[in-house]
Amino acid sequence: MLEIRNLHASIAGKEILNGVDLTIRDGEIHALMGTNGAGKSTLSNVIVGHPAYEVTQGTITFNGQDLLAMKTEERATAGIFMSFQQPIEIPGVSMQQFMRAAVNARRKALGKEELKATDFLKMMRERRKLVEIDSKLVNRSVNEGFSGGEKKRNEIFQMAMLEPTFCILDETDSGLDVDALRIVAEGFNRLRTDETSALVITHYQRLLDYIHPDFVHVLLDGRIVKSGGPELAQEIEDRGFDWIKEKQ
Amino acid sequence: MNSAQQYIDLYASQRDLICHHSAPVMNAVRDAAMEQFQQRGFPSLKEERYRYTDVTKAFAPDYGVNLNRVQVPINPREVFRCDVPNLSTHLAYVVNDQPLFERDIPYVSSLRQACIDHPELVVKYYNKAATGLALLNTALAQDGLFVYVPKNQHMERPLQVLNLLRSGVDMMVNRRVLIVLEEGADATLLLCDHAMDRVLFLTTQVIEVFCADRSRLDLYELEETHTRCRRFSNLHVHVGSDCVVSHNSITLYNGLTRNTTDVVLDGERSEITLNGCVVADKRQHVDNNTLVDHRAPSCTSRQLYKYVVDEEAVGAFAGKMLVRKDAQKTDSKETNANLCAATTARIYTQPMLEIYADDVQCSHGSTVGVLDEQALFYMQQRGISADEARLLLKFAFVGQVIDSIRLEPLRERLHYLVEKRFRGELNKCTGCALCK
Ligand SMILES: Nc1ncnc2c1ncn2[C@@H]1O[C@H](COP(=O)(O)OP(=O)(O)O)[C@@H](O)[C@H]1O
Ligand SMILES: [Mg+2]
Repeated sequence: MLEIRNLHASIAGKEILNGVDLTIRDGEIHALMGTNGAGKSTLSNVIVGHPAYEVTQGTITFNGQDLLAMKTEERATAGIFMSFQQPIEIPGVSMQQFMRAAVNARRKALGKEELKATDFLKMMRERRKLVEIDSKLVNRSVNEGFSGGEKKRNEIFQMAMLEPTFCILDETDSGLDVDALRIVAEGFNRLRTDETSALVITHYQRLLDYIHPDFVHVLLDGRIVKSGGPELAQEIEDRGFDWIKEKQ
Repeated sequence: MNSAQQYIDLYASQRDLICHHSAPVMNAVRDAAMEQFQQRGFPSLKEERYRYTDVTKAFAPDYGVNLNRVQVPINPREVFRCDVPNLSTHLAYVVNDQPLFERDIPYVSSLRQACIDHPELVVKYYNKAATGLALLNTALAQDGLFVYVPKNQHMERPLQVLNLLRSGVDMMVNRRVLIVLEEGADATLLLCDHAMDRVLFLTTQVIEVFCADRSRLDLYELEETHTRCRRFSNLHVHVGSDCVVSHNSITLYNGLTRNTTDVVLDGERSEITLNGCVVADKRQHVDNNTLVDHRAPSCTSRQLYKYVVDEEAVGAFAGKMLVRKDAQKTDSKETNANLCAATTARIYTQPMLEIYADDVQCSHGSTVGVLDEQALFYMQQRGISADEARLLLKFAFVGQVIDSIRLEPLRERLHYLVEKRFRGELNKCTGCALCK
């Protein structure tokens, strides 16, 4: 599904990623851990094509396509979705307008017709139940006045609407209480299929208790320095990152 | 004397013809207006209220003027359908500057007819506030619309006036509207400007409004013309006590537009709302200039003007709130927010406050912003194209002004039109059968 080779990337002239290699196959869930500032969000942003980041070396292919040659929106309509660490508020643009534009863009890329208004509204109704989002929220402007937890649930709601094949969850669990975490994680799990893959960025084992990763990676100073199975996450939970740093 | 001279000469040579095709009450004030205009000429760019619009240049070309009142061969109904769907209105047409009614409309007539039916009212209210460019209009205008709602009467259906510009040659048009609301009367008016031929049009317009105590007025103006139109509009509103008055000015498509809005709050406890919504690109130019003069205590004024300018467009807003000594307990607020979607577009903004009373609440503010990059990225990450994302943001920005429109069918229609505008599908007027 996703293949990252020797990826180097910088922002504002500062090199953040220096040689990331990562292969994610269909149906796999990979957890990515690492200290604050290690470059996890940078990696996510490079994958989805944030214009502020410059890729200086390396390649990313997505289902055989050269991802770095694609525009942000093309990557999205090809099936890549990122749950933002900090979702953006867009005053004046309603959730409905926003989602209709997004869903129809994705459908167009898949060669499907635009959804009829009634079908679209029905879809909104069904999918928001998945993450227990109040109907009031979907009638408001995008993320405007949403609490931190509501914003994160809204990200998963959007994921449900867009049915991506590859998802990045960038600290979707941060700032969630136990109940909200369960709702978000279970919502995510219900959206999984054998063909969908994910990169889950987190600091905590508690999310991984719900979303069982196949692999766990540690990113430090812009490189993946250690990879392992689910037990690695537990070890980091117990021991922190210092023992990995020391081995470097 | 620059380009003013040709208008002075025109008046000197055609005065009798102008008067012949007009009414005595209108003729009575012509000479004085022309004399004043002659002394003053066009306002120059050095004048405080005209810093952003070059009047002289706009008036310089050689425009035809239909002083002979030759009927423009047109059946507006056949060529034009602009009615806002679901809005049940009385429809009147003004073809260039000639009013045209298909049937009687309650409370509405031509000004010339009004000079016969209600000469005392026209004498009392006509040309009471004309200054600057309005003087030239007074000298040249030969007819116009008269809206008169007597005491405690209620205009059941809104009046929609379609101002149609139609000519085979470059044309100057001098439109005039006089609105008189007696005590407790109420009225809703929608004035739409459309241009049907691709010649140069120069429009001067004077709208005088007199709201007696306890009257209510909602006045909407929508300009949807083309890039070869120049519009100079002067709106004067005189407000008594306990009135509720709103003016919404929407410039969707134009060439050069200067709207001057002067409000005098002369009675206590009245509320005035001035809203403006401007969408401009190419080399379009829109200049809104307001003066809200608080003369009486306990009035409220609200101004909200929002502009989206792109490409090489120029947007200007200058608004002054004047709170006189006796206008205690004034509550006055002015906001001008602008979205500059390209570095080549320009915005001039100048909110002003002059206060001589001490117990007042006044605030003003202006912002000039660019499209939110983070929001654009967020939308693109969801698959929305860059163009569509930009459109959604622009649309959201002016949406606030349109949402405040009380007439629901008009509000919905405007949302639709603004969206079309941003999509670039409004190069021509939408309701015009000729353009289809
Ligand atoms: N816009 C930016 N300009 C300059 N430096 C940045 C910017 N964004 C992030 N960085 C830097 O890049 C590094 C990696 O950040 P990030 O990828 O957000 O880390 P993580 O998500 O792992 O906490 C940090 O040192 C951070 O300060
Ligand atoms: Mg991060």
